[in-house]
Amino acid sequence: MITATATEKETKNYLNAEHGLKSWLLTQDHKRIAILYLIAVSVFFMVGGLMAVLIRLELATPAGDLLDSNTYNKVFTMHGVVMIFFFLIPSIPAILGNFLLPLMIGAKDLAFPRINLLSWYVYMLGGLFGVFVLITGGVDTGWTFYTPFSTTYSNGYVVMTAMAAFINGFSSILTGLNFIVTVHRMRAPGLTWFRLPLFVWAHYATSVIMILGTPVIAVTLFLLMLERGLHIGFFDPAYGGDPVLFQHLFWFYSHPAVYIMILPSMGVVSEVISTFCSKKPFGYTFIAFSSLAIAVFGFLVWGHHLYVSSQSAYAGMVFSILSYIVAIPSAVKVFNWAATMYKGNVRLETPMLYALGFIGLFTIGGLTGLFLAAMGLDVHLTDTYFVVAHFHYVMVGGAVMGYLAGLHFWWPKMFGRMYPQAWSKIAAGLTFVGFNLTFFPQFILGYLGMPRRYHVYPPEFQVFNVLSSAGASILGLGFLIPGIYFFWSLKNGEPAGPNPWGATGLEWQTASPPPTENFPITPVVTAEAYDYTEILSANAKEVTHVG
Amino acid sequence: MMEAKSFQLFPEAASTIAGSVDGLYAFLVLVSAFFSLLIAFLVVFFAYKYRHRPGVAFKPEPVDDHSAGGMLLEIVWTGIPLGLSMIMFVWGVSIYFSEARPPANSMEVYVTGKQWMWKIQHMEGAREINELHIPVGRNVKLTMTSEDVIHDFFIPAFRTKADVLPGKYTTEWFQATKVGQYHIFCAEYCGTKHSGMIGTVYVMSQADYNTWLGAGSGEGSMAEQGQALFNQLGCGNCHSNAVNLNGRCPNLNGLYGSKVDLKDGGSVKADEAYIRESVLYPQSKIVAGFDDYMPTFKGLITEDGMLKLIEYVKSLGAKNGSINSATSAPVQTGDSPQSKAKPQGKPMAAPVAAAPAGNR
Amino acid sequence: MASESAAVASHNAHAHPGYGEVRHHFESYEQQKDASTIGMWVFLLTEIMFFGGMFMAYFVYRQWYPTAFASASLKTNLWLGAFNTTVLICSSLTMAMAVHSASLGKRLLLVGFLIATLVLGGAFLGVKAYEYHDKWEHHEIPGEHFECEGCADAGHTPLFFALYFGMTGLHASHMIIGFGILVVLIWQAYKGKFSAKWYTPIELFGLYWHFVDVVWIFLFPLLYLIDRSGQGGLH
Repeated sequence: MITATATEKETKNYLNAEHGLKSWLLTQDHKRIAILYLIAVSVFFMVGGLMAVLIRLELATPAGDLLDSNTYNKVFTMHGVVMIFFFLIPSIPAILGNFLLPLMIGAKDLAFPRINLLSWYVYMLGGLFGVFVLITGGVDTGWTFYTPFSTTYSNGYVVMTAMAAFINGFSSILTGLNFIVTVHRMRAPGLTWFRLPLFVWAHYATSVIMILGTPVIAVTLFLLMLERGLHIGFFDPAYGGDPVLFQHLFWFYSHPAVYIMILPSMGVVSEVISTFCSKKPFGYTFIAFSSLAIAVFGFLVWGHHLYVSSQSAYAGMVFSILSYIVAIPSAVKVFNWAATMYKGNVRLETPMLYALGFIGLFTIGGLTGLFLAAMGLDVHLTDTYFVVAHFHYVMVGGAVMGYLAGLHFWWPKMFGRMYPQAWSKIAAGLTFVGFNLTFFPQFILGYLGMPRRYHVYPPEFQVFNVLSSAGASILGLGFLIPGIYFFWSLKNGEPAGPNPWGATGLEWQTASPPPTENFPITPVVTAEAYDYTEILSANAKEVTHVG
Repeated sequence: MMEAKSFQLFPEAASTIAGSVDGLYAFLVLVSAFFSLLIAFLVVFFAYKYRHRPGVAFKPEPVDDHSAGGMLLEIVWTGIPLGLSMIMFVWGVSIYFSEARPPANSMEVYVTGKQWMWKIQHMEGAREINELHIPVGRNVKLTMTSEDVIHDFFIPAFRTKADVLPGKYTTEWFQATKVGQYHIFCAEYCGTKHSGMIGTVYVMSQADYNTWLGAGSGEGSMAEQGQALFNQLGCGNCHSNAVNLNGRCPNLNGLYGSKVDLKDGGSVKADEAYIRESVLYPQSKIVAGFDDYMPTFKGLITEDGMLKLIEYVKSLGAKNGSINSATSAPVQTGDSPQSKAKPQGKPMAAPVAAAPAGNR
Repeated sequence: MASESAAVASHNAHAHPGYGEVRHHFESYEQQKDASTIGMWVFLLTEIMFFGGMFMAYFVYRQWYPTAFASASLKTNLWLGAFNTTVLICSSLTMAMAVHSASLGKRLLLVGFLIATLVLGGAFLGVKAYEYHDKWEHHEIPGEHFECEGCADAGHTPLFFALYFGMTGLHASHMIIGFGILVVLIWQAYKGKFSAKWYTPIELFGLYWHFVDVVWIFLFPLLYLIDRSGQGGLH
């Protein structure tokens, strides 16, 4: 499905086209902006990870011996705020999406390069507020900012933290807006909607959520800041205000936000599985439309967070049935991925290992979501470690595994270098094992009744907490190793070549790393997506040649 | 029992609802295990069976997912999960409805959450902190509110919890099936000592419970305490059952549970929330035939005191007689001695602040 | 063979006389203009959701506390509100005229209408500031010193004023941003940056300005006109 006979001798690429700090900080090249995001997001991931280490260390014993309660509360709050607003939401869209979307659709850049750069600066400004809070003593509201605790009783920098998330929201709105316009107007000639890679579909659906959901959290945080800072009470029970209204507004965004985090990962996994099976994804249209279905239905299920918050039982019923319905498209995706492997040419390269890990963990994460959607069962499970385990299976087992799959898959494209295969496979294995050891025990803890956000806990919960902390150390190692070899590969990795995995997308038709203008000549697409015939016949020739 | 084993996979089941929650849980565990293993098996099996063989050229079969077979598969793996999830939905809802609706014959207990303790009042007047004594085999209904932030009253062994909200009353009910001690957790994050906001439910035999109650507080039943507060605040000056001062104030006899017609044409059910609102925001819902005459008592009553007042109003007779306390304490319904003369409608703060109203 | 090495002539020159700049990553002027227009509409969608959260809160509370909302609404200054509504509608008209003038390539007319829009926008903000000041004087700002003299169900009226300030404040902040952009556009128009073939910024700003206007058209009745026909009447 290609075109564009790449000019082989071209050594100029986006990385070495210009030099100096200024050429990076003022760049409008989507690829360079993606790298800026990569650096910033990685830093926040480390900060959030450090918080996780502190949490797991503290919870290894039932008593509060490492941190005091106040510090512990600040640590889990910052873990949540940093990981959700500064890592998970921007990770795949702002790094991989930014880098790949124009390449995948054969464009020279996103529709609005200056807005793209602006989004990074907005992100950094939000980050600055976050870092300020972190340095000056933190905040203890929990990432959910529930009123009236956050507005009246918390003793941290609530306005600053809300401001960080508020500002950061605009960064994600700008990214979403840019992606939507880009997909609509920047596709290469011949690249019809149903020839788009599934990664693009997933990002399109994600962008819809970003532009429709994020403003609602923004205005909710705006009200929160007014109430906290200026004592203008919107949710204050003293004047008849309703703290539960805050929860409705909060979850109207924050539930769809879960799909902002997971949909791009699903896009990555569709690409990776297809490539390493040399096969078009089974049920391409179903996978594409399931992304849109998730984006639409995802907006109608927020009330399942409020079954025990005095919400009417009938409202609860509606939210419950819709929550089950939103689960179906995810199930459809999982089955289609598995079916793609059937009679495929399965190669267990590192990205594939991560993608298969994603399928396993996301399946468990999704299925345990069914427990929480069941109203009668959720009454027992909500606000316990079962919920913590569930969303870590989706967020870490799903979103982060997908992010790592994508990073390993496109790293050679981004930097033109391969990373060491043995190490990366070990890291993938450690991540998978460590992850399960960390979070599976938490399901059991949750059903036993251990509430979340507990600094100290009754001693009978210790066994599973120790298991979880032990698993976390393995998981931490699994995250650390890629950090090291990725860094190492920048200088020392084997040159990758334009298409090291035998993949089909347009991004593989240009050099690695790509030139600043992406394609020397605008490609014209004449074939369906995921057509492996040409690549396979080239491989076959090679095989005969060798043999 | 809570101080039991250090290792367990399932929590103790000690309420009538626990069995049905566990049943749904078991069903979901089975379904989840089946699908997880199915997917894991398919992935591992395909990864092995169709592994790339170096030196062997791979020819993909043409994929057409719009073929009849492909379509059938899509329908099957959309339809089966949909069907199963509808079973879960209906099952979950049916359990929820039995969890959410307290049976009519429940004994009532009042809970006030505050950072970071649970204050519990029994109808008979006994009060406790972070402890809840109840008899086994009786339906118990908790009516709960918070003095500050949102809390959540969670008893894992009973498989039930409910948020405890400031400015609102929420309910939770259960029937304990086993004598013993069980954890109470605060499940909604409420600040620094959130994890210290824990307590114990003591499920006792009815006889032991009666003995425990007998030890009581000596302050009279909740309704009596409520009545004392009622008089102290001067409510009796107007809402007196005997003297209905110039007909300015609605009579409270038989109010609870009745339908009240409002001045603006609507009507409202006189429940706990209505009584609370009428005391704190008297102008919000004015009873038909009356004027905007009552001043607000906001800031003059603690949440505990408000519960006592409500209990007093309930004791003045309920519409459908659904309120039968364990030992329905004798309540004076006649004239109460009006100790102090107060300027009409202008309650004084001082006596309330000094009074032990509410706080133990 | 699934591919062919075809290429579309790339527009490297990007010289389109009178069309302004076509940025390097667009193939054509039309593509660029389309992208900008879609971008603006998507942005306005975002804005609807932004205000939507607040409207939601408004509807919930008004439903719960109709008496308090009705009586607190009488505290707003109907005549100033109506005056401001007129001012904004007029400013939308001048803005529409500005876009029309731009499409005809009439530079001075464009500048004139933009300035008219600016003046009307400024007048709106001035009146709004006066109203806020008035509320301040009367202690009608939620908080410790809040009072709502003669209001029915006064205990719940802070919610109305919280929403009043929240909603009009958010709206005013959009006006202020629009005001800033207008200043820049006026300067650019005066310098002759726009032509009959290329005036996308004027057109897109027009969309934004009309949107802000429409938001006010909703705010005015919701905040100023509750129960004006009831016991409160006009005052």
